[in-house]
Amino acid sequence: MATLVERPTHLPPRFALDAAADTFPKLLRRNAGLFDDRIAFREKDRGVWRPITWREYYRHARAFGLGLVALGLRRAQILALVGDNRPELFYAALGAQSVGAITYGLYQDSLAEQLTHLVDFSDAQYVFCEDQEQADKVLEMETRLPKVRRIVVEDWRGMWRYGHPKLVSFAEVLRLGRDLETSQPELFDQLVNAGQADDLAIFCQTSGTTALPKLAMLSHRHLIAQGMNFHAVEPHIGRGDDFVSYLPFAWIGEQMVSTTLHQLVGFTVNFPEEPETAQRDFREIGPHFTFAPARIYESLHTAVTVRILDAGRLRQWACAWALAVGGRVVDLRAQSMPVPWWLRVQHAMARWLVYRPVLDKIGFARIRVAWNGGSPLGPDYFKFFHSLGVNLKQIYGQTEIAGISCVHRDGRVHFWTMGFPIAHTDLRITDEGEIISRSPSVFLGYYKNADATAQALREGWLYTGDYGAVDPTGDVIMFDRMSDVITLGDGSKMSPWVIEAMLKFTPYIQEAMVVCAPGGSTLAAILNIEMRSLGKWAEDRGIAYTSYADLSQKRHVLDLLHGIVRDVNRRLRPEWRVRRFVSLYKEFHPDDDELTRTRKLRRRFIAERYQHLITAMYTGQATFDATLQVRYEDGTTREIKTTLQITDVDQSE
Amino acid sequence: MIPEPVLRVEDLHLRFHGIQAIAGVEFVLAPREILGIIGPNGAGKTSVLNCINGFYRPQRGRIVFGGGDITHLPPHRRAALGIARTFQNIALYPGMSVLNNIMTGRIIRMRSGLLACGLYAGPAQREHVTHRAVVEEIIDFLEIEEARGQLVADLPYGIQKKVELGRALAMDPQVLILDEPMAGMSTDEKSDMARYILELKEVRSLPMILIEHDMGVVMDLCDRLIVMEYGKKIAEGSPDQIQRNPDVIRAYIGHADGGTAH
Repeated sequence: MATLVERPTHLPPRFALDAAADTFPKLLRRNAGLFDDRIAFREKDRGVWRPITWREYYRHARAFGLGLVALGLRRAQILALVGDNRPELFYAALGAQSVGAITYGLYQDSLAEQLTHLVDFSDAQYVFCEDQEQADKVLEMETRLPKVRRIVVEDWRGMWRYGHPKLVSFAEVLRLGRDLETSQPELFDQLVNAGQADDLAIFCQTSGTTALPKLAMLSHRHLIAQGMNFHAVEPHIGRGDDFVSYLPFAWIGEQMVSTTLHQLVGFTVNFPEEPETAQRDFREIGPHFTFAPARIYESLHTAVTVRILDAGRLRQWACAWALAVGGRVVDLRAQSMPVPWWLRVQHAMARWLVYRPVLDKIGFARIRVAWNGGSPLGPDYFKFFHSLGVNLKQIYGQTEIAGISCVHRDGRVHFWTMGFPIAHTDLRITDEGEIISRSPSVFLGYYKNADATAQALREGWLYTGDYGAVDPTGDVIMFDRMSDVITLGDGSKMSPWVIEAMLKFTPYIQEAMVVCAPGGSTLAAILNIEMRSLGKWAEDRGIAYTSYADLSQKRHVLDLLHGIVRDVNRRLRPEWRVRRFVSLYKEFHPDDDELTRTRKLRRRFIAERYQHLITAMYTGQATFDATLQVRYEDGTTREIKTTLQITDVDQSE
Repeated sequence: MIPEPVLRVEDLHLRFHGIQAIAGVEFVLAPREILGIIGPNGAGKTSVLNCINGFYRPQRGRIVFGGGDITHLPPHRRAALGIARTFQNIALYPGMSVLNNIMTGRIIRMRSGLLACGLYAGPAQREHVTHRAVVEEIIDFLEIEEARGQLVADLPYGIQKKVELGRALAMDPQVLILDEPMAGMSTDEKSDMARYILELKEVRSLPMILIEHDMGVVMDLCDRLIVMEYGKKIAEGSPDQIQRNPDVIRAYIGHADGGTAH
């Protein structure tokens, strides 16, 4: 084993925490005293940003927790939570943890079937639903959830006809809690004091790119240690900062910031009015830092690029000039070369004329740091954001290590790496090339899945399943999932992700998956067009289309895609070049199990589902007649028949 | 005991230059009731609504609302009493934002004078904040937060329909008159609108008169129906009774053995 960084090999078995603040409920109680009337949350409600103080946060969490006790909840039972991010979701989570429960956040866009399966698997006795939409999903399958005792619904709107005996409103739970508090004023403190750092705090669904989702079990100590070790390398995050919480509560990254860092540091978490207004509300707040998966940065890049293409000639020229200047400065800095004075002058001008107005449009005007997590972001995107002056950093980690093991350091942001380990974190590469890591935050195991636990957790090390290496700079490089790395005909290894990231770096391609023929001879790509920008592109050229499927097969569109693939090929080694591609008639979607809920490709599933298409690409067919079941958001399915064009990529230089 | 009706229309007659648009229509609207008016095109349905809110003056008959005769009141007085309506063809201010369009529904409830509002100080400011809060409740109810600041002209038809309902609700109505609220909507938009209508009835106990051509919607939503043909009421009853009524089937299909009114 090659050790990445010299560190004491023996880590203390337990990361020491202050006993008065070693669980989230204790932290919240401390913060309520410490911060008092400072603003913990801000929620846009009925058009106005409404502040919620730390004291109110604590008061609501206390009432909710006691309300659950009144409804019969006992220590170590499970509360499943599903809904859009709102303060109430956090009251419920912290309240439940206060009385010793484990919380489990579910993705709110899950279909009823998936949701039921997960709730049942988790053995949750209590379910918190944010609104009617989520309650309907749970109630629809209620007969298959024998273990669920009560279903709490926060927003009662539209629920006036519902009379299910297990249903109880959020307001009613709060009322029960206040009654219990009046009769037993000491109870809440006793329950909070009984909580131990090593008690389980949350179940967190792993992204599951490989198989059915697994529930990682994480204790308060795991999560708090993670927050402290991360804050140690990003110490500039402070109380005066604003953060906008709009990514799924179920995602470990959101837990990490909106619960852990929030409790440790005490900044303000802002909640958008509705998911549809998130972008505008994000801009209104103008947060100081943000943490998002690659998909968000990819779509921001698309949005900016499309707007530039839409602008008049002068503005287009100014943007092109500013991005070129930014790019040159970024390149020079990357090589530690001095930036000449004339370039500095241009850079300063570009900042005032272009970068600041552009960043303001996407709500990045005050951003000090933007972290990308979940899955890596292509170097082209990194260069784009850095050219605009955004300090974009990669975060690397797994749910199993409470979210983060590596992050780029300021001034050392290498676009091709995953960054450097955070405090108290060890990282190594096994002889097989697998990245393994160890820290006080490595999880306890997967709930009810001993086999998967034994696979991931060996002698205190987390086996990530990622194929990687150490960069000469000391940073970690992650090529791809071990199982996704392609072995080419000459025996060399290649990561399809590298090519996909390059293909996606245009506003016209939403998603790409590169596949390799058996024997490593032919590389082929399945592309998803980006409907919004390509639709506009087509309209500008007078190309009529009816649907996604129709647009995806238009000759002009295929020509455009061909040009993009050819340009990418020119930047790749000959044996890495894409030989053939197809424009798929639909987008990959989590509801079809093609993407995870955090929008990572589920390669094996896609390869299986489209195996005939992929074989057709390898065997040199020019067209492919596809029949596919498409599942709609309401759960109904329909059969689609269509003919796909398979394009040979011109390999001339 | 029959509850005191909210609205009573008695022996209504309306004539335009010799054309008899309404010939002796009578009905009552009970509290918490959705009353549907159906009938072929030109049967006089919209004319009845126009008489109720005062756009047309009937030559004969009486309209009693909240215990008082309103037959001779001008439209704005009727609106102030609590009769609000939406229109078959959207009648919003296209150059104004959604927020301001709904705000216009509050005008009849505003007390401050022009000068005080212009200065936007003291009581006028407090009043504005109160009205704005009402409007925001409506925006929340109709789930149109995303469109709040946009100009009505830039919005899709389905959302404009919602805004129009929002403006009617902003008047704090005692009775709501909906003239084809679902015309030109997609299935999704229709089910949204149906949800709002039912919630207004169940939660806010708001009685409504509804004209709608989508028979599925009418039969599902309405508690009671009246059927009009050539300015006359030809039938009245529950949706079930109406579907089996031979006169109705004849009016819709032309002969009496043609099955249901669908």
